[in-house]
Formats: sequence, structure tokens, C-alpha cells
Amino acid sequence: MTNTQTVQFPADTLERVHKIIKRYPEGKQKSALLPILHLAQAEWRWLSSEVMDYVAGLLNIKPIEVYEVATFYTMFHLEPVGEHVIEYCRTGPCCLMGGGEVYDHLKKKLGVDTGGTSADGKFTVKEVECLAACGWGPVFQIREKYYMNLTTEKVDAIIEDLSK
Amino acid sequence: MKILTQHIDVPGIETIDVYRKHGGYSAVEKAIKTMAPDEVTEEVKKSGLRGRGGAGFPVGMKWSFLAKPEGVPRYLVCNADESEPGTFKDHYLMMKSPHTLIEGMIVSSYALGANTSYIYVRGELMYVINILEKAIQEAYDKGLLGKNILGSGYDLDLFVQPGGGAYICGEETALLESLEGKRGNPRNKPPFPAVKGLYQCPTVVNNVESIAATSWIVNNGGEEYAKIGVGRSAGTKLISVSGHVRKPGVYEIPLGITVEDFIYSDEWCGGIRDGHKLKAVVAGGSSVPILPAELILKTTNGENRLMTYESLSDGGFATGTMLGSGGFIVMDETTCIVHNTLTFARFYHHESCGQCSPCREGTGWMDKVIHRIEHGKGRMEDIDLLVDVAKKIEGNTICPLGDAAAWPVAAAIRHFRDEFEWHVKHPEEATKPGAVFMREGASWTL
Repeated sequence: MTNTQTVQFPADTLERVHKIIKRYPEGKQKSALLPILHLAQAEWRWLSSEVMDYVAGLLNIKPIEVYEVATFYTMFHLEPVGEHVIEYCRTGPCCLMGGGEVYDHLKKKLGVDTGGTSADGKFTVKEVECLAACGWGPVFQIREKYYMNLTTEKVDAIIEDLSK
Repeated sequence: MKILTQHIDVPGIETIDVYRKHGGYSAVEKAIKTMAPDEVTEEVKKSGLRGRGGAGFPVGMKWSFLAKPEGVPRYLVCNADESEPGTFKDHYLMMKSPHTLIEGMIVSSYALGANTSYIYVRGELMYVINILEKAIQEAYDKGLLGKNILGSGYDLDLFVQPGGGAYICGEETALLESLEGKRGNPRNKPPFPAVKGLYQCPTVVNNVESIAATSWIVNNGGEEYAKIGVGRSAGTKLISVSGHVRKPGVYEIPLGITVEDFIYSDEWCGGIRDGHKLKAVVAGGSSVPILPAELILKTTNGENRLMTYESLSDGGFATGTMLGSGGFIVMDETTCIVHNTLTFARFYHHESCGQCSPCREGTGWMDKVIHRIEHGKGRMEDIDLLVDVAKKIEGNTICPLGDAAAWPVAAAIRHFRDEFEWHVKHPEEATKPGAVFMREGASWTL
């Protein structure tokens, strides 16, 4: 999006936003920032400065208050990403279970390096730290879904399924 | 003896009806209808329950520090930001049995006089947040949350807050900053959250497992809880097991079983995977010192090491470790300790909030220097350089992330210095795929 006027949550999401703000005491609406940034990312895939300015307006806070938070937390994408963002755990326990080899296979299959997006725009691959699923590693996450006990065969099947 | 996971595999336990059929919410009835808030706190004190997030501070004592000025709201915040590598017990408990946490939240909030409570869940676990929110709605519908709970006059609202992907928010003051919609920078203490916490109001922050255990304590009494376990390690503990065992997963153990039983018995981990031998264990999440096989199984006095706070720390950091969060990472002889330490160093470098220089700069240097050693470019003096950097971080930061970053590096060198030296001396061999140093005569050498 390039135009501020096009940044607007659909009515049902806007209703959720107002409900979320009510979780906190009067005047503490800034607490709603993380939940709303998650909603914004679900809506627009990544957080452009227009989106962040829009969120600042919804919460009646300064845009800088949104930028400083969005840049601190690693779940927020600050640049355009593919349709499916694969967040791959690179931490110790997953590595013990062969996470490194499976990761290399994934990158090779998609023809991307870490942080890259596949040529068809379908997949972005990101490395993340521990996803709290160490006993079920190797693990990656795509949006809300955890994919666990990964093998190269499983990765092939997941990518094929999502490529349809 | 199971307290938290007794019914966890019952089909439908995530629904309030099935949960209640198995005795669920009886602690809420008992506490709210028959006990004064201070009586609940008293039982938790008697139980000897210690914080299950990693620090092991007595929960009842933490509650008793809560300031109670007239007319100022108090808050209970549940720390479900589980992010310590090797730890996934809270994830498991909330995903399988959300009402176990919600019941504990109601009982604990009642004890503390909180009328609004929050469960702060790491943002990656959005699917678990959805499970919790559904369960919370069920509890509202049954009159267990909201106004005038069970006709008692006690009101409680409970909300779930997502994080945004930051390990540091597991530190309680960083978590509160985050819950206020800010960057997760830990606060200087004092004041402690018990006096000035969320929105500068008195606040208790407890781990998921700690809060969940309070229901059983209300139902059965603190003294009964204290009977489980050994000495100051009372009760049961959820242990998250990962790595090279036959059966990784989450186990609820009575504190006090031997480490050897835990690793080798079929009731728990089922032993090391076929054809392999135990090399090392990180017993309490990535930040606690790694121990080689002989030291994790027995103390230097030759006693069996137990799964307790005290036994695991026997010998101090020279020969012991910590129970920590119960993130139990098991490594067999195929594990390169240098590589494993690199993944931990990289983790802490990535997760340092950047507020304190020793941590911000030190974690970066440890990551770079270990990276250099792992990739065949290390120098012999790098090994002592790492020890030196670790020492300069430890104790010099606002929050414990600095210590958490320093300890695994220092411990890996303490117990596996030969492996680091081998990487420096034989870079060509050490950088071959799958290459691992074999210590002559070690119990794990095949």
C-alpha cells in the first residue's frame, strides 16, 4: 500500500480492536499495541510505516511509539514478505535433532537464502530463535501453525501442499 | 504422583464440562466460598511451592510481599512467555488443558485481591492463545469469571496478552513493560513489581506452572503438597525433555527421583536413543551450566544426583548446575559441544535487549569468537578470551539475561575445554560435516 487512505481495518476487525482496548484501564490503551500490531500484520502481511501510523491513530499515541515497539519485537515484518513466511527454529535443541540439515534442504528447495523470498513470491524464509517446542524438533512455524518433527520428506510435502 | 497432568490425556479435557467432570474448578469453589484470601496465601506458603519459571523463589513469600494500599488496584500477571531454549512445558500444559491454568489464575487472583489479571503468552503461540481465549469464555459463561463469581461478591476479569517475539519479556519487569505496550526493556529494581508493577500498581508475576499448582494446594492443603518431594524441593515439576533420548516430551515428576532414573527409566525418557551413549545434559534450560555424563549422574561425593533444586546445584558451578526451568536437553556422543554452545551464544546475542553494555557487547563478542572457533579460524587464546568476556558480563547487568548468556559459555569451556582446543588445533578435521571430538577414555566414547 502506498496511500494512507487505503489503510483501514475491515469493520469486524475494527470491532475487535475496540474490544481489545477495553481490556485495559482507562488511559492505558497503549497496552493494546502488540495485539493490534498482530491484527495489522495478519491483515497486510507486513507493517509499512503507513500501517504503523494508522495503528498509532487508532490508539491515540505518537507514531514513534509504534515504530519503537515494532522494531523491537522480532515477529513483526518491517519489509514486504511472501505469502507464507516460514519461521525456522535455529536454536540448540532443534539442531540436535538434525535441524541444520533440514533447514539447508528447505532453502535449497525454495532457492533462497535466510531472509529471502522465493522467485514466485510464495515463500519467505526467516530464522527464528527457540519456538518452545524443543521435544518435537526440528520445528518451523507458518503464521499460527507449528510444523514439528520435520524431515526433508515432510518439508517437501508441506511446500508442495502450500504451493497448490 | 501427578498434580497438573493427571487428566491431561482425557479426550475433551480442554472443554469446561469434561474438565469439571474430573474435579475441575473445585478449588475455585473451595477458595471463594470457604476461605479468606489470606488463608489461601497461607496454604501456598505452607506448601513450599517454588517459582517454576526458573528462579525457584518461594511463591507464597512472593505473594506476601504484595503491597496493599487502599483504593489502588492490584494485578496478577501470568508469565507464559516461555522462551528459554529447551523449555516447552507451559506450551504443553496450556495447549492440552487450558482450564488448569485458568482455575489457578482465579484461585491466585482471589488470594491476592486482584480484580483484573492477565496471561502474557509469547506471540508465536497464537494458536494456544486461541485455545485459552475459548476456555476463558467458557469460564465466563459458567459464572466462574466476571462479576460476582459464584455469588460471592468477588469480581475477576481475565485477559490473554500476546507478546511479539522477545525472550527478554520472560524477565518479569520486561514483561510488564511489554504489557504496557512498550519495548521489553527490564526495569531497574527496586521498586519491585510487588510495590510498583503493572501501571505502577502492586503486581505479582508468576509462571504458568506455579499458578496451575495452586488449585491442588487449595484442594488438598499446603502440608499435603509439601509431603511430595524432598526438603525444600517440594511438589511435582514439569520437565521438558529434548535431544537424544528415546522419548522426548513433557513429564511431570515428583521432585526427588534420581537423574539416572529420569533418563533411563521407561516411565520417563526411556534411555538414550539406540546405539548411542550419554555425553552431556543441560538440565534446566539453555542458561544453566552443561554437565558431562559423569557429573549429571553423580555428585563429586559419589552420591546419586537427584532431580531437586539442591542436588542439581550440589558442587556449585564447578561441578554442579541448576534445576532452572526444567528444560532438560540430552546430548549423546554425536553432539559437538562447540556447535551447541555456538547456538546458545547466538541465541543470547539475538535476544539481548541492548540496554546494558556488558550484555549488548559481550553477547555479540562471545557469538563471534565461538563462531570463529567453530569455523576453523579460532586461536588458542580465544578460549580464555571467552571465559574473560563471560566473567565481565556476569553480575554486571540490570536483569539476569547477562548471567544466562555467560554461564553456558563458561560451563562448556570448564567441562569441554579439550573440544574447543581440538577445533583450534585441527581446523580442517573439525570443520568436516558431522565431525565430533572424541575424548579418550570418556564414558561416551563408543
